[in-house]
Amino acid sequence: MFRRINEKIIESCIKLSGLLVIIFVFLIFLFLLKDSISLFGQYPIGQFLFGRNWLPISEPPKFGIVPLLLGSIYVTIGAIVICVPFGVAAAMFIAEVAPGYLKHVLKSLIEILASIPSVVLGFIGIVWLGPFLRNTFGLKTGMCGLTGSLLLAFMALPTIISICEDALVGVPRTYKEAAFGLGATHWQTLWRIILPAASSGIIAAVMLGIGRVIGETMVVMMVTGNAPVIPKSILEPLRTLTATIAGEMGETVGGSEHYFALFAVGVVLFIITFMINLVADVCMRRAKK
Amino acid sequence: MVKQETIIKTVGLNCCYGSLCVLKDVNLEIYKNEILGIIGPANSGKTTFLRALNKLNYLNSSYSQKGDIYFSNESIKNIGENILRRKIGIIFALPQVLPVSIFDNVAYGPKVHGVTGKNTISQVVENALKKAYLWDEVKDRLNEPAVRLSGGQQQRLCIARTLAVEPDVILYDEPCSGLDPISTAKVEDAMQQLKESYTQILVTNNTKQAARVTERCVFLLMGEVIEVGETDALFTEPQDKRTDDYITGRFG
Repeated sequence: MFRRINEKIIESCIKLSGLLVIIFVFLIFLFLLKDSISLFGQYPIGQFLFGRNWLPISEPPKFGIVPLLLGSIYVTIGAIVICVPFGVAAAMFIAEVAPGYLKHVLKSLIEILASIPSVVLGFIGIVWLGPFLRNTFGLKTGMCGLTGSLLLAFMALPTIISICEDALVGVPRTYKEAAFGLGATHWQTLWRIILPAASSGIIAAVMLGIGRVIGETMVVMMVTGNAPVIPKSILEPLRTLTATIAGEMGETVGGSEHYFALFAVGVVLFIITFMINLVADVCMRRAKK
Repeated sequence: MVKQETIIKTVGLNCCYGSLCVLKDVNLEIYKNEILGIIGPANSGKTTFLRALNKLNYLNSSYSQKGDIYFSNESIKNIGENILRRKIGIIFALPQVLPVSIFDNVAYGPKVHGVTGKNTISQVVENALKKAYLWDEVKDRLNEPAVRLSGGQQQRLCIARTLAVEPDVILYDEPCSGLDPISTAKVEDAMQQLKESYTQILVTNNTKQAARVTERCVFLLMGEVIEVGETDALFTEPQDKRTDDYITGRFG
């Protein structure tokens, strides 16, 4: 009798925790939505989404998120272009080419890479990478999109490498034997058989990497120059959605138009990351089949 | 029997995984265009022998080998593994189709060996599928994923894929262990037809299959060659008591 009650209690506790997680996510979204909707009572949604100027303290204030959105997109695309080829190649090396001991060393090093705090990377960006890029490309300032992209690429690499590697290792050994049995070289097998077979896992890895990059705040706030203007190229200062929220939230008056506008930016960010994770999830599921 | 030309010869072949030696001093000659059966209970080294012939064992890092193997009078040590595996193809126990279309499965081999030209490749694919007795069943669905084929069809697809790279020797590693009797019969038919132009080595757990298909047979036990002989003779009057015990089903 006592045991049955005990069992019931434990069971309902677990159920409750599960439900709470869902409720929390839902509440966060609701909370964001509620505050951002308050903005659209005072400020037209079309001007928010398509406005080309983000001037929150001018008179009248302008809350166009196009420059911020473009800033986020520029930095993210830059980071992805840098880290995807690198990450996939590194995963191929670890999964297929590296001898046993090197494999272990590399895997633990990559885990260490993942544990570097983003503020440390930002610091490296300010004192070393930024000046280096400024001198190399002859820029006015090293605090630009490319600096952010490079550091974010560095941050996304561990995610991409480890998920890619899992996908490559998960390819049935029989494919490899079949290709070898036909006289294909190691490289031909890797390129034409193993990589395509692991493709959905690799796409999932890339999507999760993008999710990581687009949501990152500290690094981009420290190194991208924080200029909320529409960037002409990745070599100019720009500002991302995340950095805007983090940078301006402390200066706003609770309940003001500016305050609500930052929540609306949060909703946009939430929707973007949600979509990316959704795509990654679908790919992962397809990979498991 | 007609005059026999040796195509593969093993001399004092010892194969080990770490400290475990699974083949001991194997000396065998394999003749051109014959179907050689290799029978024996599990763990007697049949598969290792087969995979030693085209260096597939080296995919296992603990593998080591002593003795020599000659292919067309040349030590396989001196033959690059890609060329060797092209000349000595292998069919695995479970059909190992690649996750691409039927056409691409067969076209893969020729492509990695540098065959180009759309027409050339589709001709090669068609010929290979015809030789493996699969063409009529798949000619209208060449672009479907190969995994949709039945087990027997997949195994014949693997044979076609091997044929497409124009080997001299085809190794079969228990090719019918996962197949039903009708599919088995189709694979065996294909083997009989291929006798004209290929040397075939069949590893099988099924002594009846060995008796049906092969011309000569090797009986392996615990890594040693116990008996070699023409299949009819080996099955009716085995010279060694252990062979007799195995083929009459007293053990194994």
